[in-house]
Amino acid sequence: MTGTDTNSRPITPFTQVLNEHGEQVAAPPALDDETLRGMMRLMKLGRHLDAKAISLQRRGKLGTFAPMSGQEAATVGSIFAMDPVTDWVVPQYREQLAMLHSGLTISTYLLQRQGNPVGSALPTATRLFPQQVALAAHLPHAVGAAWGSRLRGEQSAAICYFGDGASSEGDFHEACNLAGVLKVPVIFLCQNNQWAISTPFSRQTAASSIADRAPGYGIAGERVDGNDVLAMYAATARARARGLAGDGPTLIEAVTYRLGAHTTADDPTRYVDSAAAEAWKTRDPLLRYGSWLRATGRWDDDAEAECDAWCTAQIDAGVEGLNSAGDVDPHDLFRNLYAEEPVTLARQRKEFERFLEEKR
Amino acid sequence: MTEMSMVESIRQTLEDEMARDERVMVLGEDVGVSGGVFRATDGLHARFGPDRVVDTPVSEAAIIGASIGLATAGMIPVPELQFLGFSHQAFHQISHQLARWRYRTAGRYHAPVTIRAPFGGGVRTPELHSDGFEAIFAQGPGLKVVMPSTAADAKGLLTTAIRDPDPVLFLEPLKGYRLQRDDVPAGEHLVPFGKARIAREGTDVTVIAWSAMVYIALEAAEAAEQYGVSVEVLDLRSLVPLDVETIGEHIGRTGRAVIVQESPLTAGFASEVVAVAQEAAFLSLEAPMVRVSGWDLPYPMPLVEDWYVPDAARVLDAVLRTARY
Repeated sequence: MTGTDTNSRPITPFTQVLNEHGEQVAAPPALDDETLRGMMRLMKLGRHLDAKAISLQRRGKLGTFAPMSGQEAATVGSIFAMDPVTDWVVPQYREQLAMLHSGLTISTYLLQRQGNPVGSALPTATRLFPQQVALAAHLPHAVGAAWGSRLRGEQSAAICYFGDGASSEGDFHEACNLAGVLKVPVIFLCQNNQWAISTPFSRQTAASSIADRAPGYGIAGERVDGNDVLAMYAATARARARGLAGDGPTLIEAVTYRLGAHTTADDPTRYVDSAAAEAWKTRDPLLRYGSWLRATGRWDDDAEAECDAWCTAQIDAGVEGLNSAGDVDPHDLFRNLYAEEPVTLARQRKEFERFLEEKR
Repeated sequence: MTEMSMVESIRQTLEDEMARDERVMVLGEDVGVSGGVFRATDGLHARFGPDRVVDTPVSEAAIIGASIGLATAGMIPVPELQFLGFSHQAFHQISHQLARWRYRTAGRYHAPVTIRAPFGGGVRTPELHSDGFEAIFAQGPGLKVVMPSTAADAKGLLTTAIRDPDPVLFLEPLKGYRLQRDDVPAGEHLVPFGKARIAREGTDVTVIAWSAMVYIALEAAEAAEQYGVSVEVLDLRSLVPLDVETIGEHIGRTGRAVIVQESPLTAGFASEVVAVAQEAAFLSLEAPMVRVSGWDLPYPMPLVEDWYVPDAARVLDAVLRTARY
């Protein structure tokens, strides 16, 4: 194999339902029209939310955050294949849409990005984990959650989102290996968006694919067109069924592209080749799915306008929640570390409260 | 009461807690079929089966990381790190993830996880096994650090740890595993965290120690008698939470203190005890407080480790210097 360009030869098949022109090349998953339109609505909500959040960030209303434009299909297709009430959803920091689908409100999302401690709140009716910032540290957590649910006798799987950068961490290896040994129903969903901040995928690994590692762990792997929401749904549904049947974890590599910056603190013009980025724009997941929905009679201009209005209303309500949250409560600083506060911490809290009192 | 060694007491406590609550499980390297490299989990696999006593791959980060998920899903994991010397392979999972789980989720989740890890010198382990890292972990908010010195306390503190809703790092002294046998109460026995034990009464100098160093402190205290110095020994039992009241009260009474730790001097937990004591008892102090510790060196090779780990002679020397100041 010496001298060959492995990058052009993925060993693991690349699955698609819709090709880059929105043409159906495989049977779509059997979903009702409302669900199919629901996926489009959530994808569009993501695109709108990115635009709004970037504008809020530029005006100083939000802190640094990671936009997700370009990756709507990878997140939405996969999360729609899960049941957030019974399944564990373990996101990194670019899966706002998976978090919203799991019951997080837009206002809580925005408060989190603002840096307000109340934004750390998680819904109680679902099994959503907090966003993970330390790359790949959450992969073993997802393994444990799915494993624990199995020990408790539940029919429950876990989906864990991460990126091509996180796949270079040791925790990725330990988690895939442990899950394989124990046949845990966990889905490792790698959104390979080609960039880890400024480091391209080709500098992340000499391999042509993340999914190709699956056989090395004795687990299932699938390389999916991450800009094809139907392929993402189908692959995730297969992986979930496999896990719940006792056949172990699946490593899904969603091949996608980060259309924007890594975070609002990043300037991709320093490292991104604009021609390549332009090429990816033609593979925009919203355009592809929208054109299929229209071609199959499930979407039209009215639906588009209605959806845009719905997105705007949702986001406006979220921003209203952000604006009406009031001042941060400094007492939150000392809350929620222990069930029972140690004496040494209680003393510090009282000292802090005395300071607050004197400042007033 | 039953007389047993510390490792026997730990094994029995694990068995009792697993029998009491079916959510309690043990996981780690060689903990199952073989019963652990120190036999701390001997017999548990046979009694409770492979779902609750789990031999894992050699993956410290995944053992602790998975324990966070297991706890979130309703289990009560008691992972074992085979040696504390290997804990840095899981450091991020312990201090950054596990310890902050309740905080990061604003109380939505919590992690009742007790990490057991043996540590410490005097048993001729190969390199990189014996380091005492208690201060490093004590500095990470959210993690309780518990260090028993007797078989009875091992039972009482481990039971408390397993039933605690928050994560606990439970450190077991390698040398103390089979050093001596003592009476362990039968039946339910819980020792609360943050309450120091008076291991020996005395009036002139207060020696504070934890884990295996308590025995060194007691040996030195006995030896001090012949010099006419009466030494009391406090066994901290837990570093987090720390019994600041007892430390302040006792040093306030004697005005003279020696703090003994096995790990290196600089930024060790003994320094924290000194700081707490001077805040509580500054006007009562009769002499500078003295720390006796391992040297600021990597844990050394087995044939020279006896010159590294504090012994009774070094503690006695410090006690006499303090008493005569």
